[in-house]
Amino acid sequence: MVLGRSFEDMCAQMYYRGKMFGFVHLYNGQEAVSTGFIKLLKQTDFVTSTYRDHVHALSKGVPARQVMAELFGKSTGCCRGQGGSMHMFSAEHGLLGGFAFIGEGIPVAVGAAFTSKYKREVLKEEGDMPVSIAFFGDGTANNGQFFECLNMAQLWKLPVIFVVENNLWAIGMSHYRSTSDPEIWKKGPAFGMASAHVDGMDVLKVREVAKEAVERARRGDGPTLIECETYRFRGHSLADPDELRAPAEKAHYAARDPIVALKKYLLDNEIATEAELKSIEKKIDEVVEDAVEFADASPLPGRSQLLENVFADPKGFGIGPDGRYRCEDPGFTAGTAQV
Amino acid sequence: MVRRRFSFGLVSRLSSPIYGRSPCSGGIWTPCLGQKRSFMTAKDLVESEEPEKKVTNRINMFSAINQALHTVLDSDPKSYVFGEDVGFGGVFRCTTALRDKFGRHRVFNTPLCEQAIVGFGIGLASMGNRAIAEIQFADYIFPALDQIVNEAAKYRYRSGNLFNCGGLTVRAPYGAVGHGGHYHSQSPEAFFCHVPGIKVVIPRSPSQAKGLLLASIRDPNPVVFFEPKWLYRLAVEEVPVDDYTLPLSSAEVMRKGSDITLVGWGAQLAIMEEACDEVSKLGISCELIDLRTLIPWDKELVEDSVNKTGRLLVSHEAPVTGGFGAEIAASITNSCFLRLQAPVSRVCGLDTPFPLVFEPFYMPTKNKCLLSNQNNVILDIDCTRPILFGKRAPHAVL
Repeated sequence: MVLGRSFEDMCAQMYYRGKMFGFVHLYNGQEAVSTGFIKLLKQTDFVTSTYRDHVHALSKGVPARQVMAELFGKSTGCCRGQGGSMHMFSAEHGLLGGFAFIGEGIPVAVGAAFTSKYKREVLKEEGDMPVSIAFFGDGTANNGQFFECLNMAQLWKLPVIFVVENNLWAIGMSHYRSTSDPEIWKKGPAFGMASAHVDGMDVLKVREVAKEAVERARRGDGPTLIECETYRFRGHSLADPDELRAPAEKAHYAARDPIVALKKYLLDNEIATEAELKSIEKKIDEVVEDAVEFADASPLPGRSQLLENVFADPKGFGIGPDGRYRCEDPGFTAGTAQV
Repeated sequence: MVRRRFSFGLVSRLSSPIYGRSPCSGGIWTPCLGQKRSFMTAKDLVESEEPEKKVTNRINMFSAINQALHTVLDSDPKSYVFGEDVGFGGVFRCTTALRDKFGRHRVFNTPLCEQAIVGFGIGLASMGNRAIAEIQFADYIFPALDQIVNEAAKYRYRSGNLFNCGGLTVRAPYGAVGHGGHYHSQSPEAFFCHVPGIKVVIPRSPSQAKGLLLASIRDPNPVVFFEPKWLYRLAVEEVPVDDYTLPLSSAEVMRKGSDITLVGWGAQLAIMEEACDEVSKLGISCELIDLRTLIPWDKELVEDSVNKTGRLLVSHEAPVTGGFGAEIAASITNSCFLRLQAPVSRVCGLDTPFPLVFEPFYMPTKNKCLLSNQNNVILDIDCTRPILFGKRAPHAVL
């Protein structure tokens, strides 16, 4: 959680210094959800996320260096600089992507869950059933794709967990004013799915519910819908002036900061000392700084990368049989096209 | 080498019999006063006049669009503006102050469901309301593509004119913005240009945006109105404060020339203008046309221009293959084949998904237009200057 928070704060700094560009959406305040769920997963499990995906990537195990480099658009990033802030992918860690378009990740998680179930039950592969988790927001819960996937997942009893990070706001649209029944967890039972509502600002509670859901999925009991009540401390994105939310609401949730709450819990129950927590924070700061330095020092992707990966076969498009690029742009690589 | 003048008779046999051409007089082709062949246009229903020099304000594009929306909501009590986040003004501030003035029952936020937004808009329009749906970014319009293509475009047709959804206008910011990446920069106009039954309109500046938006909203057909998001704040112009409309399906000649015709729309025109300026130093005179309405497009004007210059260059941000430039190229080649001195050039985006870091390489920049322009033009008939005849660009080498 601390890594997530420090990382996001550093992102904001770097953005305002012009080191990264594009639309960046920070996760401050919602760390408990990411940590609570993803830290229970193994490397073989899958996660799909939204555009607010930096911390999901970090929780899943993607090195901070790679995430920061991806944000800077460098070739050492987890997607070689082609994805950017909103599209963190990692085959190694089972991160099936951040999705800029809301709701598009949910069917992908359902598909991955189907693969897990198929491999285990039909192909009789050994090992635990890999579980998929789809993270999305309250706004997405009004989208058609959400309902279609709830139906499919429950129908086929797939090992997928739908986690709604209900932070009450979809850019500037209040959840209460855009949803007929604001209690999203109630939509699960309509499909016969087990659902729960949990306080998303308390990492231990989230972890408890998550544990049950993950175990359910691994056993083959089917999907779960979990609504986490959480809040984002910053605006929707770094370009959002965040004028619409009432200061009272922000203050209410700031008082429930998950990191502060966990710290208090640890100190009160004497699980850790002040010094130990400080040393953790220091270590995290070093990790984040190292990530920034690494990203700074990394090279930008070469121009030829523009035409790569449009199709599977690099020669199928972009490169002709004579080994030269078939780009219609006359000066593209001849060095005369000034940009 | 003398530039040949094609005889009128030869061309008239090849061109469509429905077009009338007045006799060639001094090498200038003039349209005759016959019927236009294109789809029913709003020309008959909308005042076809440029905004006269009246009281103007110096405002940017989102303010101009805002004024247009204010005007519409003022004049028609059964008009509605809805979409994601329009209540507080929208992410581009186009709908500022509308909710405060007209109320939550006329300017309202919808949940995050593009398909339902447009479908709901079609329902409203079929009941005789003016539904102005905002799709937050044109990249998000694809869930609504089904509703637009299968419902909005065919509503009047398949109900035998019992019902229609002409009151629907879908507004979406499109185009590159410098830092948008894959899903905030796309130009999907080509997908909609393939659908008979809707109109696609793209303004290039604040004054054009206001007039064209008012015309689109009042047009009795469903219109998809793409607004170049790059220009929302950057383009500042004197815009008349009163209510005026600009004709749909009517292209505009932005500058006259005689050597080559350049056709474009939206934000790309600013880049093409720069290219025209540069190239005029070399003595090439460019005729720059803003298409304004993509379908139904003003074929006559473009044909007249190409018949005058003999060359055509089309430029747009969308990928070159299957972009709307292809339609223009095919159509003009068909109607002006013997007049064309060189193949039609298309300076467009590359055939890749819209890239993140590589945006400058992907975009049809000024220099790409220049190179293509120079390759396309015969400079002059007297032999003191070099002649380039339809020279194709060499394949890029890595």
